[in-house]
Amino acid sequence: MTKKKLTLAILLIVLLVFPLVVHSDYYRHLAIITLIWVIIGSSWNLLAGYTGQVSFGHAIFFGVGAYTAGIFATKLGLSAWWGMMFGGITAMIVGLVVGWICFRLKGPYFALATLAGGEIFRLIAINWESLTDGMVGILIIQTFRSKVPYYYIALFMAVTCIGVVYLITKSKWGYYFVSIREDQDAAESMGINTAVYKNISLLVSAFFTGMAGAFYMNYMAFIDPDVVFSLEFISIMAILVGIVGGVGTIMGPAVGAFIMVIIQETFRSAFFGLAPAWVSQAHAMAFGLLVIFVIMFLANGVVGDWAKIKRYVFRIKP
Amino acid sequence: MNVFMQTLVAGILIGGIYCLIGIGMSLIMGVMGIINLAHGQLMMVAMYITFVLSYYLHIDPYFSLIVSMPALFILGCALQKYLLNPLMEVDSILPENQVLMTVGIGIVLTEIARFIFSSDYKSVTTSYGDSAFFIHNISFSIPMCVAFIFAIVITMILFWFLSRTDMGRCIRATAQDKEAATLMGINSSRITIITFGLGAALVAAAGSLLMPIYYLFPDIGGPFTLKAFIICILGGLGNITGAILGGLTLGIAESFGGTYIGMGYKDMVGYVIFILVLVLIPGGLVGLKRLVKS
Repeated sequence: MTKKKLTLAILLIVLLVFPLVVHSDYYRHLAIITLIWVIIGSSWNLLAGYTGQVSFGHAIFFGVGAYTAGIFATKLGLSAWWGMMFGGITAMIVGLVVGWICFRLKGPYFALATLAGGEIFRLIAINWESLTDGMVGILIIQTFRSKVPYYYIALFMAVTCIGVVYLITKSKWGYYFVSIREDQDAAESMGINTAVYKNISLLVSAFFTGMAGAFYMNYMAFIDPDVVFSLEFISIMAILVGIVGGVGTIMGPAVGAFIMVIIQETFRSAFFGLAPAWVSQAHAMAFGLLVIFVIMFLANGVVGDWAKIKRYVFRIKP
Repeated sequence: MNVFMQTLVAGILIGGIYCLIGIGMSLIMGVMGIINLAHGQLMMVAMYITFVLSYYLHIDPYFSLIVSMPALFILGCALQKYLLNPLMEVDSILPENQVLMTVGIGIVLTEIARFIFSSDYKSVTTSYGDSAFFIHNISFSIPMCVAFIFAIVITMILFWFLSRTDMGRCIRATAQDKEAATLMGINSSRITIITFGLGAALVAAAGSLLMPIYYLFPDIGGPFTLKAFIICILGGLGNITGAILGGLTLGIAESFGGTYIGMGYKDMVGYVIFILVLVLIPGGLVGLKRLVKS
């Protein structure tokens, strides 16, 4: 246990000094993107991994958060940072509606209802031009020129998010969530109001994802409906981050985010320029193959199947 | 009135093709209890087969059904056998593993298509592509009518297969109760393989029939997967008659949405219906019928 705490402390210190040591904006950018994915992955994991409600539509909350921040800046003339607070809240309100409709369904049907929800929001964002400017997207001016402040904000949010998820899973709520995941009917007959707790899980999840979206707006300074409501690159990516790292584990999404961003970037840059250019077109395919591979062989992700990986690796080179 | 009738006709005709897509999905859903999120992507593969046959070998899109349906049947069987069935034994926290696997398959299929054919829009040109006949000032596009007739014939063959042949009965038995079917000596893993193949073949037929009236690009699969799912929810999950009703309803609704609300919102009509069905009649159209009866 103390060894675990020590590892965490070292990890935190490394993360804190990272931007002071690494001066390359490219690597700082990658670190920020990874942290955004840690937030989205962790909140997806709370809903899917702990409560068992696999969402295929986390882009809803991400996009709503991002658009809240964007609309604050373009339509209300306020700073987009206000969106950090209201993005999460708006995402929660949307989460209430999504939960009200989608929790009528169980298992895979819930998954698909959320997926359709994501598409609905994308189409609304494209077509409601008076509010969202449609496909033109929203462009704002970045507050900081340096990436360092963004890095610390993202780090703070990611640590908070993981901390909150950890606290929830150790609380009464967490046990309710897991019991719903394991057997909803049994949980219901034990007197747990499953509808309420599923919604609580969704709301917390939506809040953090919405905040991540608002932060994305502030950091990237440009969004359009196909970016923030993307099925493949937000909703599915959130699932991948969770699954690759390990569903139902605290650190799983963090590990998953790290792995996914590295893989994405390695392919996008064609192995950092070493491989022929066509490799860069293959990054989506690498995604798909990774899904198939992970589900076949590491169903519980890197963290969940860590013992299995360790055993396998040590057998090869003792 | 003319506009209204024209919209209705167009909706029904496209609804026939939606039926084929929905039935394939419904069949897979009924037998395996999983949602095939690579359904539209399988259709995309069939469309590319049709495109290649017609562009390079000058084979009529409708004749390419003879190639695309068996090809997709084999592809579907292989996917089920080597990728989906092994997951039954994998122990994991989330039961949605198979659904996620189909997502992975869908991404890989799309990217393979992009690799080979690039992201350009493709279409086939046929001599009858733009032709139409008129009844009372309402135009009936010939390729759409042909597609509709094909869809009806294929659906009837499927119904005959499911109700009259041994294999069809085995499939229906597995859909009703998998464990009981296994106890009766049905090899349920073989049935799942054949069912997935059948579902893929049906959606392949839809793809080939769509080719003369539609255009083609690698990302076309996603929206059609969603359509298939909406059709299934509309009709009642895993119910084949329901899928036919759902397909026609979606076709008509989209057509009316496109005419009276605006083309930008055409795709959204489907989703709105979908949510309304979830909220108001959770059992779909078939459930509604049962509700009215009781």
